[in-house]
Amino acid sequence: MAEPGACPDCLRRSWLLALLGPYIERIASGEPGSRSPELLRLDNEDLVAVAAPKVGAQLLGRVAALSEQHLAEELRAAQCWACCRHGDLYPEGLRDATDAPWALIGRGDPGLLDGLERFGAVTVVGSRRATSYGREIARELGRELAAAGMVVVSGLAFGIDGCAHRGAIDAGRTIAVLGCGPDTAYPAAHRSLWRRICEEGLVLSELPPGSSPWRWTFPARNRIMAALAGMTVVVEAAARSGSLITADLAADLGRDLGAVPGPVTSRASAGPNNLLAGGACVVRDAQDVLDAMLGAGATRLDRSGPRLDRRLGEVLVAVEAGESSCDGVAAALGLSGPDAAAALARLELLGYVSCSTVGTYSRTLLPAHS
Amino acid sequence: MRVTPAIWLRSVVAVLATARTFTLDGISARPVRVEVDVHRGLPGFAIVGLPDAAVREARERVRAALVNCGFEFPLRRIVVNLAPASLRKAGPGMDLAIAAALLSASGQLEWESLSRVALAGELALDGSTRPVNGALAMAEAARQGGAEAIVLPAENGAEATLVGGIDVIALDSLGRLPALVAGEWEPPRPRALTLDPDPTDGAPDLADLRGQPHLRHALEVAAAGGHSLLMIGPPGAGKSLAASRLPSILPPLASVEALEVARIASACGRLSGSLTGWRPFRAPHHTISPAGLVGGGNPPRPGEATLAHRGVLFLDELCEFRRDALEALRAPLEAGEVSIVRAGSRRGLPCRFMLVAAANPCPCGRGEADPDCSCAPVAVQRYQGRLSGALADRIDILAAVRQPSAAEIGGGPGEPSADVRERVAIARERQERRLGPGRCNAEMTPSEARECTLSGEAGALLAELYSRQRLSGRAHDRALRLAQTIADLAGAETIEQEQMAQALQLRRRDRG
Repeated sequence: MAEPGACPDCLRRSWLLALLGPYIERIASGEPGSRSPELLRLDNEDLVAVAAPKVGAQLLGRVAALSEQHLAEELRAAQCWACCRHGDLYPEGLRDATDAPWALIGRGDPGLLDGLERFGAVTVVGSRRATSYGREIARELGRELAAAGMVVVSGLAFGIDGCAHRGAIDAGRTIAVLGCGPDTAYPAAHRSLWRRICEEGLVLSELPPGSSPWRWTFPARNRIMAALAGMTVVVEAAARSGSLITADLAADLGRDLGAVPGPVTSRASAGPNNLLAGGACVVRDAQDVLDAMLGAGATRLDRSGPRLDRRLGEVLVAVEAGESSCDGVAAALGLSGPDAAAALARLELLGYVSCSTVGTYSRTLLPAHS
Repeated sequence: MRVTPAIWLRSVVAVLATARTFTLDGISARPVRVEVDVHRGLPGFAIVGLPDAAVREARERVRAALVNCGFEFPLRRIVVNLAPASLRKAGPGMDLAIAAALLSASGQLEWESLSRVALAGELALDGSTRPVNGALAMAEAARQGGAEAIVLPAENGAEATLVGGIDVIALDSLGRLPALVAGEWEPPRPRALTLDPDPTDGAPDLADLRGQPHLRHALEVAAAGGHSLLMIGPPGAGKSLAASRLPSILPPLASVEALEVARIASACGRLSGSLTGWRPFRAPHHTISPAGLVGGGNPPRPGEATLAHRGVLFLDELCEFRRDALEALRAPLEAGEVSIVRAGSRRGLPCRFMLVAAANPCPCGRGEADPDCSCAPVAVQRYQGRLSGALADRIDILAAVRQPSAAEIGGGPGEPSADVRERVAIARERQERRLGPGRCNAEMTPSEARECTLSGEAGALLAELYSRQRLSGRAHDRALRLAQTIADLAGAETIEQEQMAQALQLRRRDRG
């Protein structure tokens, strides 16, 4: 198995980026030419000349003075390890990107990167402001892809990212790519999720331990997410969402692009709907993703749930038809209140429907037994 | 002219008279001794002993009442002391005692037993008496204090006779006092309040709730087990209507409970007409302050939680309530008592109520699934986040309420309250037999909940959910309690699979 390890020059690049954080923050913008992934294509001298011309020499000097031993010590103190573009552990997907990070700092299981092929990973991204529909889909996609053996890559952000991780970590493997040091839980509200991924999955970043996030580091980490996986799936995103940057970067790299369709009236689904109009793969469930990546029928998910009796089947059909409340189901089928309640509870337990915090039911992705 | 020593003494030495009265503190009455001192000096009338504004104004009412009843208001220096001096006195209920003691001190009324009789009442300017709050508690305190009788305004006579063991004299005017003392006037015996045999007469009925079988079921389970209930649905779906019908399906108050409720109502001046077996229903507006909700002030006054004792506290628009108000409700909800500490001593106000709350599914009220809902997802999340506060964690049942269909609205009336109440009463009886008198399933301790008898399939269902959804221990016990109530309603000894499934559906989820 490939061991973690990075050459000191590549590692120093990471430390240089951390030092340049506030300087790049000033010059990076959404305009072509000054986007952070584009800036990070520059080598050390050029980047310093563009971002911090006055103190550039000083910063380069400071980074050059960092001893190999010191770097290793800092990584060990933060329970992290590193790999660089010259090492075996460096993921194959990143090698064909011109703007790929020189080194990756990881916390968690390095085995997730060992032999990770592009076709073994899927990036799931989406809005931080997700609706309950989007969150449900993200969780299910994460769970089913992980269960099918895929590594689910996402960014640990609120909304879609967090749900995709949660679904995946329950069923298999997931990688969180951060815009800060891998030893920092950002957003802080996801600390327990971050801890769980550190223990059971992998947290990656191109920034050294202790680095704080900047606005520019998020588009920068998006390019890593896009390059790591063979396919990027956008679950929900507003028309000008950061997740669409990931989608653009993935398309630029020639990766597959998938989008989960949503109501055409929903602002939260405007991004994926636009991607679909532009030719992205329709993603209705994990099977669609697997078909797009591995070829139709290459892997067949055995996902159908247990067989249902006649009444449960009828109730499921009623929920599929849009009845979201117990009373609605009871009225549609002429059931008594308690009978409808018991049927919904069973369907929820079997995984066919899910219940929101406000007590309304919606259909999950689990296909019914035909 | 020969002056008798007694009269001579009376003209130079101060003359003292005392009377017993009460001040209301929370829902109990604290004894107060009124001492009146009349002596020579510049004419004046002072009241000391921590009186509030209403007590201080007794000066003007007492003066006018005395004069208008044909007595003489002594033009001397009058000092009224309200003992104990450290206790804060509030309200106009001390007028009658002050007037009687003043009459006695000025020699206009020879009433030897004055110091052994308790008096309470407000005076009108013409000398007639006006009712006071808390007459029931005062009569109880008078009996405990060993008073022979209690003199109360005529309107308060009926409620005070509920106490028993003490003579209640219903006085309609200060002018009657000399005749009463002389035994020339026999006060009419107040008719004691009795428990209304049929409290449901003319009350709102559950039959008004048409269709919505699930909501009806949730209400019935909540009533049967005393479970707290949260209803979520769009405006106009019938949440408030359902909540207001809840008292009608609860078993009527037992006579002990009715007396507790009457004592609280009396202290708040809301006891009228008859003693009813009807359970209180309180629906405070969401702008209410913490003190308004749980009680407060000095001396402490009961809040809505206490007024809802043995009944239903309905919080409509739960998400709009002030966070500190809901926070204040948490400890009382657990303990069944509001504890207020004033000047070092603790007062407990009872508040064993059933909590019923209602909320909209999102800020606009339509719900995310509705295409017309214009709420931003973040706004929805923030709004729903308020549903998982500390108070909401105490809620057992979540019922999603939906707009009833035209067919349901146009359909016939639902099952009437009386039928549901009968089933609820039987279920409650089963619970009392198992848990002890007055207790219900919602109050089961975790160890009691784990003693519920489950059938094999029901246990398997719960175990599967527990392992699959990583339920907390509290959620596990909640499901057990609900299942036990559903089984009690069905008259089953063991909890069957179907009943467990219903309980799992009704339970409030901790988090999405």
